[in-house]
Amino acid sequence: MSEPIISLQNINVTFKQKKKTIEAVKSVSLEVEKGDVYGIVGYSGAGKSTLVRVINLLQIPTSGTVVVNGTTFFKANNPSAHRVQIGAKELRDKRRKIGMIFQHFNLLNERTVSENVAFALQNSKLSKEDKDAKVTELLELVDLTDRKDQYPSQLSGGQKQRVAIARALANDPEILISDEATSALDPKTTNQILALLKKLNEEYGLTIVLITHEMQAVKEVANKVAVMQDGQIIERGSLLEIFAQPEEQLTREFIETATNIDRAIDVISQQPVIQELNEGQQVFARLTYSGNNADEPLITSLYDKFNVVANILYGNVEVLQGEEVGSLLVILGGEPSSLEQALAYLADQGVAVEVLKGTQTV
Amino acid sequence: MSNWIQQTFPNVIYQGWGGDTGWWTAIVQTLYMTFWSAIFGGILGLIFGFGLIVTSPRGITPNRVLFWIFDKVVSVFRAIPFIILLAFIAPFTKLIVGTQIGSTAALVPLSLGVFPFYARQIQVALSEVDSGIVEAAQAVGSTFNEIVFGVYLREGRSEIIRVSTVTLISLIGLTAMAGAIGAGGLGNMAIAYGYNRFANDTTVVATFLVLIFVLIVQLVGDYLAKRLNHK
Repeated sequence: MSEPIISLQNINVTFKQKKKTIEAVKSVSLEVEKGDVYGIVGYSGAGKSTLVRVINLLQIPTSGTVVVNGTTFFKANNPSAHRVQIGAKELRDKRRKIGMIFQHFNLLNERTVSENVAFALQNSKLSKEDKDAKVTELLELVDLTDRKDQYPSQLSGGQKQRVAIARALANDPEILISDEATSALDPKTTNQILALLKKLNEEYGLTIVLITHEMQAVKEVANKVAVMQDGQIIERGSLLEIFAQPEEQLTREFIETATNIDRAIDVISQQPVIQELNEGQQVFARLTYSGNNADEPLITSLYDKFNVVANILYGNVEVLQGEEVGSLLVILGGEPSSLEQALAYLADQGVAVEVLKGTQTV
Repeated sequence: MSNWIQQTFPNVIYQGWGGDTGWWTAIVQTLYMTFWSAIFGGILGLIFGFGLIVTSPRGITPNRVLFWIFDKVVSVFRAIPFIILLAFIAPFTKLIVGTQIGSTAALVPLSLGVFPFYARQIQVALSEVDSGIVEAAQAVGSTFNEIVFGVYLREGRSEIIRVSTVTLISLIGLTAMAGAIGAGGLGNMAIAYGYNRFANDTTVVATFLVLIFVLIVQLVGDYLAKRLNHK
């Protein structure tokens, strides 16, 4: 692996308010590779926004190291002077290479769409004509050419966010930080914006750091995920790992919001078939599988190998980054010993088995 | 008709049009005082108002010391009643304009009287500018000047015009008091030649003229504020 494009090491951000100290970010390290779409998920107040603002030093950390694209922005292991490692002008230059979009768009209300985009080009070395051409090109990219002379108040939320994206891309950044960029949008518009982000990532190799409380959004575009709680990253991994094998309770909660499987479990548990489960010979279980084992005829082999029958009550398959992640709620029936073997066999095949009711302790 | 005017407004006519005590002179004095003190007080007020915003703890260049100075200067000057300020700074006025009386002398206390009020108004107007927009500007690498002029001034302009209108109207009010140091003007006309001489018609006409000024300022201000707002 090459150098990460963003490297945050042991970042702490502490706010002092009157007599209270608030630790917004607690010794977080994060490495983002070039071309990643890194999703950072957490509830509000988890420190996500504070953490990503450290990347372009909109938030000066209390301690830690910030390296972006090989330049050390900030380095401090103790709170002393001269911790910001680059001058004000250089920082402004570097910030232009880190685009940022926001939940509430933050467009200049008193400027038209094209003026908003041109605002980001004020310090560019391009000639007047080149700037105009750049604005036109960006507005074409976000499909807003016909709106160029309108003011933000005349646009819908999705259009505003597209203007914001065009502005963020004006200086050809290598990194785009998305701070809850889809949280104020309806589901359909959210998908349009996410599709645009995905396109930018795939076609232009833009590295994206996407913070959100919507797992759905992460599921659509991210290839890596970190889950934040109380200023710390409690779990991280590839999208597939996180979805297939979440370890923390909070991660499960977030995944649930994107798949609804917990609700299915609640509903099915109330059904007579589960209420009257023959606990000696039946097991109600949740099977989660991913990647290659999704293609195996597992359920059939359960019967062939162990004479265990499976009654599928609920199924869900997600395609994440081109790989399948499936969840099944099943009742497995058979002799207690064969049930035990069957469950062990499933686990052997890389299927995560969670027994919800029945002859347990297998 | 002219008979009726002579009977109803005898004192108004007595004052005459030109001359030291004439209506035209009073109107010019009021406009002169309002205009120049609006310029000087306005510049001071803008400097202090912007200063308060950019140096505040949440501003773009937080600076405790400067913020404290801006804040205290504004508070102290706002605390002094204008009529007292007129007398209090008379020596300072003489130092600057060479005289303690007259319309020009009144410019000094008028400017100093109006600027803290205006500074606070500007501070409020600019704090209405969404901090997210400022942050977005910082994120695209905007310089200090670009943020002050391109974001705060531009985004806040409609609100700035609105508070400027309010300030200008209260400034017209202050010029009426400047008569106390011999500055003349319509306020002085209403009090010295109207009220004090039981010439009610003079008071009424002077008041009416002040009212027209205020109305014009208000209408123009409202129009511009609305015209320049795309929020």
